[in-house]
Amino acid sequence: MENLLNIFIKSIFIDNMIFAYFLGMCSYLAVSKKYKTAAGLGMAVIFVLGITVPLNWLAYNFLLKEGALTWISAEFASVDLEVLKFIVFIAIVAAFVQLTEMVVEKFSPSLYNSLGIFLPLIAVNCSILGGALFLPTRDYQFAEAVTFGLGSGIGWFLAVVSLAAIREKMAYADVPKPLRGLGITFIIVGLMAFGFMSFGGFELPFKTTEQQQADQEKSSAKIENKSVEQLVISVENTTP
Amino acid sequence: MSTETIENTKQGVEVAKPTEPLLSKKRKQLLTNPLDEDNPITIQVLGICSALAVTVALKPTFVMAIAVTAVLVLANVVISALRKTIPNRIRIIVQLVVVASLVAIVDQVLKAYSYDIWKELSVFIGLIITNCIVMGRLEAFALGNKPWDAFLDGLGNSFGYAWIILAIAFFRELFGSGKLFGYQVMPDSYIGNGVMMSPAGACLLLGLIIWVVRSKSGYVED
Repeated sequence: MENLLNIFIKSIFIDNMIFAYFLGMCSYLAVSKKYKTAAGLGMAVIFVLGITVPLNWLAYNFLLKEGALTWISAEFASVDLEVLKFIVFIAIVAAFVQLTEMVVEKFSPSLYNSLGIFLPLIAVNCSILGGALFLPTRDYQFAEAVTFGLGSGIGWFLAVVSLAAIREKMAYADVPKPLRGLGITFIIVGLMAFGFMSFGGFELPFKTTEQQQADQEKSSAKIENKSVEQLVISVENTTP
Repeated sequence: MSTETIENTKQGVEVAKPTEPLLSKKRKQLLTNPLDEDNPITIQVLGICSALAVTVALKPTFVMAIAVTAVLVLANVVISALRKTIPNRIRIIVQLVVVASLVAIVDQVLKAYSYDIWKELSVFIGLIITNCIVMGRLEAFALGNKPWDAFLDGLGNSFGYAWIILAIAFFRELFGSGKLFGYQVMPDSYIGNGVMMSPAGACLLLGLIIWVVRSKSGYVED
């Protein structure tokens, strides 16, 4: 449980999609002119990330990873379909977005009016695909993947809403002409990123120094193990 | 007699279909406009994610620029060649599939020939798929133009993208770690500027570059 909470906090504040990885920057800049549209797209991102990340986790762990197909038959233990991950991930995202759009349009026209126009935009939002592409590099369990998806979505929502609020206020400022619009927005985003950097190293629940030391020892032991493994691998590779 | 008929048919073809020279004025503009007046990053606001994320040093940035050029040019040509057969309703999915397969190829090539840089770029190679430059150019240009024009447009836009991200990477590497392409340039006593290495510094720098580019071209956003 603590682990999940940590991932949640981390994906919102520390590894924020916008301020740490710049994912979904295009639509972030495009929709942040007005607070209302920003909030609409932000909600849509939370929803889509929260569902497509677990879906892609399933696809990756039961279809694409090396040896993932053993649930069909033991013969497939050596099959590695990771080459196909881009096509599979983007197909899942695009199909899910299309499906949601149709379902929402059918059953809740009012929600469709407020959210629907943003859904097609989301299929090509980097943060959605980025969330999926982080999965192979981080060894998450299913529950952790769900938390990560939701947390990243909320982080994106926070970022876009706060930028939109600042930009609405900017209307009263006298900005040098060539800097207007995009230029000043980038400088604001940079300053906001500084603010978010102060969350670095934040961990919940707060640990006593003894626990931290124990953790450090553990992680250093892990690194040693890893380097030994890598040595073995490199030796194996070099010997013909 | 036979030569005459050939000449006749040749003339007939030429009269019926006056072909544009391979590099007419209009086509040259396709190539040069995206470099400044219609730059994908500073004016069209496309492809910002990777512009900021991969530009810590020149070397990965250079590889990223080549990768984006390859994907954008090929995707533009393929989509433009298929433009009459793609049904309008599913065009986004068709585009995504074409781009995703090209990116998978680029990813495999990089993994095979420059593993270190592949590792450094990690997810950002995959994110070329949703790089707005690629989708934006496919939507705005390739769907309505001939393959050769689309080829030139792709080339022009990826060069416009490349020079901006190389400029950002130049300043970030020079002031951030005092190196260029991994070689020490600044005197040894120079202490690296941490702000330049951080994502926030990239944002500030891009903001300033946009300021310079726009005050030169006179483009004002309202």
